[in-house]
Amino acid sequence: MGNLSTYALGVEHLTVSFDGFKAVDDLTFYVEQHEVRVVIGPNGAGKTTLLDLICGKTKATSGSVMFKNNELLGRPEQNIVKMGVSRKFQTPSIYPKLTVFENLELSHPTGRTVMGSLFFKRTAEIKDRVEEVAKEIYLSDFVHTRGELLSHGQKQWLEIGMLLIADPELVMLDEPVAGMSVRERQQTAELLRRMCNGRVVLVIEHDMNFVREIAHKVTVMHQGKLLAEGSMDEVQANEKVIEVYLGH
Amino acid sequence: MNRFFNVFLGGRSGLIGLLVMAVVLFVAIPLTLDVFRVNLVAKYLSYAFVSIALVVCWGHGGILSLGQGVFWGLGGYCLAAFLKLEAAGNIAKEATSDQLKALTTVGLPDFMDWNQITELPWFWYGFKSLPVTIVLMFIVPSLLAYILGTAIFKRRVAGVYFAIITQALAWIMEMLFVTRQGWTGGINGITDLRTMLGWDIRTNSAQYILYFATCILLVGCLVLCRAVLNSKLGRLLVALRDEEDRVRFSGYDAASIKRFAFVFASAISALGGAMFVLNVGFMSPKLITIEPSIYMVIFCAVGGRMSLIGAVYGTLLVQFGRTWFSEEFPAMWYFLMGAVFIAVTRYFPNGLAGIFDDYIVPLGKKFTHRKPPTPATGGLKSVPSVTTVNSTGN
Repeated sequence: MGNLSTYALGVEHLTVSFDGFKAVDDLTFYVEQHEVRVVIGPNGAGKTTLLDLICGKTKATSGSVMFKNNELLGRPEQNIVKMGVSRKFQTPSIYPKLTVFENLELSHPTGRTVMGSLFFKRTAEIKDRVEEVAKEIYLSDFVHTRGELLSHGQKQWLEIGMLLIADPELVMLDEPVAGMSVRERQQTAELLRRMCNGRVVLVIEHDMNFVREIAHKVTVMHQGKLLAEGSMDEVQANEKVIEVYLGH
Repeated sequence: MNRFFNVFLGGRSGLIGLLVMAVVLFVAIPLTLDVFRVNLVAKYLSYAFVSIALVVCWGHGGILSLGQGVFWGLGGYCLAAFLKLEAAGNIAKEATSDQLKALTTVGLPDFMDWNQITELPWFWYGFKSLPVTIVLMFIVPSLLAYILGTAIFKRRVAGVYFAIITQALAWIMEMLFVTRQGWTGGINGITDLRTMLGWDIRTNSAQYILYFATCILLVGCLVLCRAVLNSKLGRLLVALRDEEDRVRFSGYDAASIKRFAFVFASAISALGGAMFVLNVGFMSPKLITIEPSIYMVIFCAVGGRMSLIGAVYGTLLVQFGRTWFSEEFPAMWYFLMGAVFIAVTRYFPNGLAGIFDDYIVPLGKKFTHRKPPTPATGGLKSVPSVTTVNSTGN
């Protein structure tokens, strides 16, 4: 390697095989600093698996994932999180029995060990940070509402807030606007634009209008492989992409 | 002080619940029941330690242990070992020369003698001293829980598989204690325990003292459990139960947090087992096998697996029911017990505590709110309806 790379996230020859079926197959792509990259592709293209591999949920068969010149593969999930990588799941995964405040507080990067959490004190600083994030995700009025009582869109925002409060460097979002109303989509796009500032963002999304609104560059996956890469316009004009994905 | 009030006592409603329970345990029961029944309640309460431990690890953490009786029993066996050595020493002192002749090894527990063991096994040495025994009483079950927890949680075994493993553990333990007769007293267990440091534990006054000691320790454990549940770790347990992946991807090592809950629960359970030995005077492998462990889960479920205080009442109620009902209709008892368990899980998933919260508390509110707030007092608005739900609900 020798010289330090300029890209923030480098995925090289990433492969995962489930009993011979390659969900992600020799995938290579690079994401620049401060870039918002959207991954699109038909169902079963391996998009979610890609995020699973990067955040350590699924173990890769071969290849490499470099983030800020550190190899991510082979580390336990919580250590990958501590390196500044955070991930939002496809279905909103929040703590239903805890309030919005408690949801956010648990995601604050303090007291992450057993003893740390046992003797954790709710300081004014943490309180302020939670309130600040709650405002950012449009949930200021719901701070003391239990997670399960929120609407679908609010749950999505809450999970985004749970990433945000940890101040991550790489944010991965799996279909953040799925199931949202038009107004909620706009608010989410706004939220993401604010959030992306200074961060590397990797988004999976099917909603092309939304993709156009936020993406700097688009990567198209098909059957675990890279099909095309470029700006939204380039990708939309690409014949192969039209054939397997956009054309229908 | 304020923090102490909220964290350990659970705020105003928590304190009221605790006080009511204290009145029941410390005043009502000793005043209304005879010493035989008081001793019986003490025996019941020694199981309540396990119930509240299960509230922490099962109700809040979602870790269903069907072998909690093992940790309870290990705590009991440790103290029983100490008491047995003392009893053996007493026999050696008091025996006539004829009796001494019958014993091949003076000062050794009788069951060792019967099994041709002539020297105290090395792992019994610690039980010669009470302070060491008390330490071992917590260390032995905690260590077992730690090793088991590491092996199971690091491999991400959870739910039903975890329950099956703990159930197997209970069975293995029973077999181990039954077959190693010379070390453990075999199927009879460790019996004939009479004194602790020379104090006769079978007199009426001793039984009252032990009853109160059990109550005090139980309340102490309850307050400690409440502090854990009210800490961030308690909220993490709830989070882990519902969305384990989210916790992991928020930078926590989920396995070590679950392991802590499991070890903590085993230590609390062990104390209960030790109190059982003091109150009842023996320990046996029949108490650490599968059946008692399942009873313990039923006590907790009937009382309300989310409520520490509910679990104590549940333990008392089911055991009173068991004593009364099995005296009246011995053959029917198991069917009734099964029916109660099905009814509770099906219709009242939060047990007695849930019934209290859902039906009694609103009734009380209705009663107290009958007087409309007088608007003339000015400035003071009526309290807005509570939207903040204390999710830990204890």
